[in-house]
Amino acid sequence: MIVAEQKPLAEIAEMVKDAERVLIVGCSECVTVCQAGGEKQVGILGTALGMMRKKEGRELQWEGVTPVRQCEPEYLEVLDKKVKDVDCVVSMGCGVGVQFIAERYPGLWVVPALNTKFGGGTVEAGVWEERCGFCGECILHKTGGICPIIRCSKSLLNGPCGGSQDGKCEIDSEVDCAWQLIYDRLKGLDRLELMYAYTPPKDWSRARDGGPRKVVKEEARI
Amino acid sequence: MSEWTPKIVAFCCYYCAYSAADLAGSMRLQYPPNIRVVELPCTGKVDVGVLLAALEAGADGVYVAGCLEGDCHFLKGNFRAKQRVAYAKRLLEEIGLEPERLEMYNLSGSMGPRFAEIAQEMTERITKLGPSPLNRQHRKGEVGP
Amino acid sequence: MKSGSKLERVLAGGHFAVTAEVGPPKSASSKGIVKHTEHMKDHVDAVNLTDNQTAIVRLSSVAAAVHVMRAGAEPVMQMTCRDRNRIAIQSDILGAASLGVRNILCLTGDHQSFGNHPTAKNVFDLDSIQLIRAVKDMRDEKKFICGEEMRVAPRMFIGAAANPFGDPFEYRVMRLAKKVEAGADFIQTQAIFDVERFAKWMEAVRDMGLHERVYIMGGVIPVKSYGAMRYMSTVPGMRIPKQLLDRMKAAEDPKEEGVKICVEIIEQLRQIEGVKGVHIMAVYWEEIVPTIVERAGLYPRPEVDDAVG
Repeated sequence: MIVAEQKPLAEIAEMVKDAERVLIVGCSECVTVCQAGGEKQVGILGTALGMMRKKEGRELQWEGVTPVRQCEPEYLEVLDKKVKDVDCVVSMGCGVGVQFIAERYPGLWVVPALNTKFGGGTVEAGVWEERCGFCGECILHKTGGICPIIRCSKSLLNGPCGGSQDGKCEIDSEVDCAWQLIYDRLKGLDRLELMYAYTPPKDWSRARDGGPRKVVKEEARI
Repeated sequence: MSEWTPKIVAFCCYYCAYSAADLAGSMRLQYPPNIRVVELPCTGKVDVGVLLAALEAGADGVYVAGCLEGDCHFLKGNFRAKQRVAYAKRLLEEIGLEPERLEMYNLSGSMGPRFAEIAQEMTERITKLGPSPLNRQHRKGEVGP
Repeated sequence: MKSGSKLERVLAGGHFAVTAEVGPPKSASSKGIVKHTEHMKDHVDAVNLTDNQTAIVRLSSVAAAVHVMRAGAEPVMQMTCRDRNRIAIQSDILGAASLGVRNILCLTGDHQSFGNHPTAKNVFDLDSIQLIRAVKDMRDEKKFICGEEMRVAPRMFIGAAANPFGDPFEYRVMRLAKKVEAGADFIQTQAIFDVERFAKWMEAVRDMGLHERVYIMGGVIPVKSYGAMRYMSTVPGMRIPKQLLDRMKAAEDPKEEGVKICVEIIEQLRQIEGVKGVHIMAVYWEEIVPTIVERAGLYPRPEVDDAVG
């Protein structure tokens, strides 16, 4: 899922400082799972912003709504009536959600309450780690299911580098060396020859480097 | 402007804190009258939103009282409450309110005197801090509480 | 001859090669590079120029290589994959070769978080093994990475680094093999203090016959003080035996002890089958290089025919 983290309250308050009426929009999928922008977080943000306003002797009128997803125009229809009188929409969705809302209401001031971080998953309750960088050319079958583009700090394809020590990456002793993990995994699978083989330079044009991407499924276009 | 006395909300779990409150009552122990007790099945029911809402509505102080750690009737409810209170305190700092206005306490159902002590402690603390900046009545100068 | 460089001729001629390192400055001046080069040029076969080492911005290694040549020595241009994509890399190789640079050391590069610009975008379009292969194909096939041909190929003697002390240990020899397969002509290892452990690695290297396919040069660092050695022992990848630390601590003249230890290590390395040279990394102590070379019995340097232009 997409993992995001809420911006500091001060930053969000600054974004909405001229707004009198605000609609706070959550999302019930990824950001609910990583507890950054779900229904609960919408309520907390609204209350917190209201309290900050009260301290200044001002008011903040706010409403919260949490559609199924923000990245689907159909699901955003519930917002149509609600945005009529607001002067600011705070999206607690990932960067995709913020943009879909902004696109739908081009005349409205739409701001992001979250910093969208990465594609990842739950490692333990309250901890989410990055696993995928959407490079467009998955090679996980060659690395025992461990991604070298994202989990290796240098995105090496013929790793490890000389900085791998005790199974940890040179940049941080808390970060696993991806190539140590790959080595251990391939060894256990008796497929070390995958690591001995030379991997040629990556085609980055299939990643974001090639420009904004699009996927089309013709058979789904009714 | 009338004399201000703190308005404090206490979220108490049925199994321990509320029982202790009952016991304090039957033991005729004295404690400040400005505590408004909210009974919950478990402090694990408390979420960050409700803690903030209490303060937003004008409470000068809020505390959560649950079972002793390890003795929660629902096993981990009081641990969840502890984490949430800690998070809410950090939020209060970002909001611009004193995090000391919110606290977490643990006690057992037989600790009537401890319940009274906590009430006393919190009242003293909040009195020192003064009325909450969001306490409308105080700001407007109306008669309270 | 793959490149005709002096270093290649020394190694091909069966001599024990000596190279040393000069770190370019954090300023737009060649003074320091020229000074160090002039001081050590008769005591080494080639001078390494680091490439924004530890991700700290320094005078570029291509330019530094030219300053070394002008000062009368042969450079080994180091190139990392951290800051340049394949377009800039191939471009810099053509440029360096056109200026007369004949040796290149292909490295991955320290992560930018170590340096003075941790917020920079990290490139790593290629890794060190892909870089080795790229230089080899440019030199031998006259082809760019995309397959297009070039008229004049860069004649480079291709080097790579090796870390005999890194993890996973069992894989380190395989990684060397991969570099040799990709086209490495010579290797410079990370600093050796634990000669025993290095000898073990060399054993595994010889088992695979790699010592006959690539010239391996052992890296050494002369240490000035006990404090410096103790700090080094905390750096990832460094293994420093306790008795060396004890010696430095007890030494009356730590600099002299540091030189002694360095010379001893060089002498021990010369005994190991497959070690064809030494690479002296006298960080912030470049002036000690001639002393070490002389005391290790490696002076004067052998005369080899001038490199073909």
